[in-house]
Amino acid sequence: MKNLYLIAYLDLKESIRAKWFLVYSLVFGGLIALFFIAGVTESQVMGFSGLSRLLLMYIQITIVILPIFILITTVRSISGDRDNHILEYMLSFPISLKQYYWGKIIGRFITVYIPVLFAMIIAIVYGAMKGADIPWSIFFLYTGLLFSLSSTFLGIAFFISSFVKSSEVALGIAFFIWIFLLAFIDIALISLMMQQRFNEGFIIFIAMINPMELFRVAAISLFDPELTVMGPVAYYILDLMSQRAFVLLSIGYPLLLGVLFAWFGFMIFKKKDLV
Amino acid sequence: MIEIKNLTKKFGSHVSLDNVSCSFKKNDSVALMGANGAGKTTLIRSILGYYHPDSGEVLINGSNPIKERIKVLQDISFVPQLPPPIKLSIQELMHYISVSANVEVELIKHYANEMKLDISANLSKSFFKLSGGMKQKLLIAISLAKKSSIIIYDEPTANLDPKARDDFYRLLRKNEDEKTLLFVTHRLEEVQELVNRQIYMDMGKIISDEIF
Repeated sequence: MKNLYLIAYLDLKESIRAKWFLVYSLVFGGLIALFFIAGVTESQVMGFSGLSRLLLMYIQITIVILPIFILITTVRSISGDRDNHILEYMLSFPISLKQYYWGKIIGRFITVYIPVLFAMIIAIVYGAMKGADIPWSIFFLYTGLLFSLSSTFLGIAFFISSFVKSSEVALGIAFFIWIFLLAFIDIALISLMMQQRFNEGFIIFIAMINPMELFRVAAISLFDPELTVMGPVAYYILDLMSQRAFVLLSIGYPLLLGVLFAWFGFMIFKKKDLV
Repeated sequence: MIEIKNLTKKFGSHVSLDNVSCSFKKNDSVALMGANGAGKTTLIRSILGYYHPDSGEVLINGSNPIKERIKVLQDISFVPQLPPPIKLSIQELMHYISVSANVEVELIKHYANEMKLDISANLSKSFFKLSGGMKQKLLIAISLAKKSSIIIYDEPTANLDPKARDDFYRLLRKNEDEKTLLFVTHRLEEVQELVNRQIYMDMGKIISDEIF
C-alpha cells in the first residue's frame, strides 16, 4: 500500500505544480467569482434565485468544461510517460503495475476533483456571508454527481491512455469522445426520434446511458424534481423510478462506468508491452 | 544470474529478437554491441520485464521479470541512454526511489558527491531542468546506491565530460565485485577496461560472444 500512496502523492504534487492545474483551478474558481460579480445570486430567472440559481448555472457550465478538462489533462498521463521514456525509468524500480496504475488514478482524481469542489465551497461560504439560504441537499447531491462524473471521464481517460502509444492520438480520441457524448449522440437520437424508426422509450434509454446526459437530467431534477422543463420525456423517467432513485442511479451508474473503464485500462496496461 | 532462453520478440512483422539464448553470471562485465536496430535495447527491456516475449523466456535468478517484477527489480539497477524528462524535483525523485526500492537517500547523495554533483543545492529543482550531464550523474549515483547485483547501463557516458567519465569508471571499479554489469555501447574503447566479455548483435541475433 505504501507504494500506491507514494505514486498518488507524487502524481498529485507533480500535477499541482503543472500549468494546466493553475488554468483548471482558475477556470472553476473564476466562474464562481464571475457569477458573484455578475450578480447571479441576486437575479431570479424561471423561479430560481440566490445560490440555487448560481449552482444551476455552475452545473450547465461544468457539464461542458469538466469532461474535456479531465480527458485532456489525464489522457496523456500514461501514454505521455510512455512517449518520453519516463515510464521506462520509473518502472525499473520495484513497483507493481497495479500500484503504479491505481496510484496514478488516485492522484489524478484528487487533482481534478478538488478545484471543482473548492469552487462550490467558495460559493457556499460567500453565500452564507451574504446571508443567503444555503441549499444543503442540492449542494451534497451535486457534489456526489460531480464526483461520479469525474470518475467516469477519469476512467475513460486512463482506459485510452493504457492502449494508445502516442499522446497525440490519445488527445484526438479524447476529443472525439467528448464531442460525441456532448452533442453528436443527441443529434443522432433526435433525428432517429423524428424519423420514428425506433420506440421513444428505447431512444430515451440510449440517451440516459450517456453519463453526460444522465448528469444533466439528474442535476435538473435537483432543482425541478418533476422535470417539468423537460416536457413529456420526464414521464418516461419518472414513471420508471422515483426522483430519489433516479438521482441515486445518476451517481452510481457513472461511478461504476468509470471504475469499469479504469479496470479495463488496467487489464490492457498489464497485458501489453510497457514501453 | 540472467538466463535468456530462445527469446523471440516481434513488433508487427519486424523480428527484433530472433531466438536469442545467452546467460550472464556473477562477475560478468559485458559490452553489448551492435548497430542501431540490432536488438540490444529490446534485449535489455526484456530483461527488465517490459516486453512480453513471443516465445522463449528470461529468468533473473530463477524468476520471471514479468510475473515477479518486484522481486526481480529489487536486484536490478538501470540507467537509460537518455535521462527521461521527469518533472519531479530531485528530492521527490529520491523519495520515490528510497520508498520503492529501499535505497538510502544519504547513499545517493554520497555517490552524487563522488560524481562531483552537488545535490543539496538543487534539491527542489525539477529533475528535467538539470543539465544532461547532471541528470546522467544523478542516475548513475542512484544506480550505485541501489546496491543491486545486476547493473544495466545503456550508453551511460553519452552525456558525460571526460572528467565525469573518469569518476564513473573509478566508482564502477570500486563497486563491480560480485555483480553482473551490462553495458550497451557503440564504443568499446570507452568500457574496454571494465568489461571481460563482448557480445555483438545484428538483426536480432547474437553474432559473436567473446570472453576475454
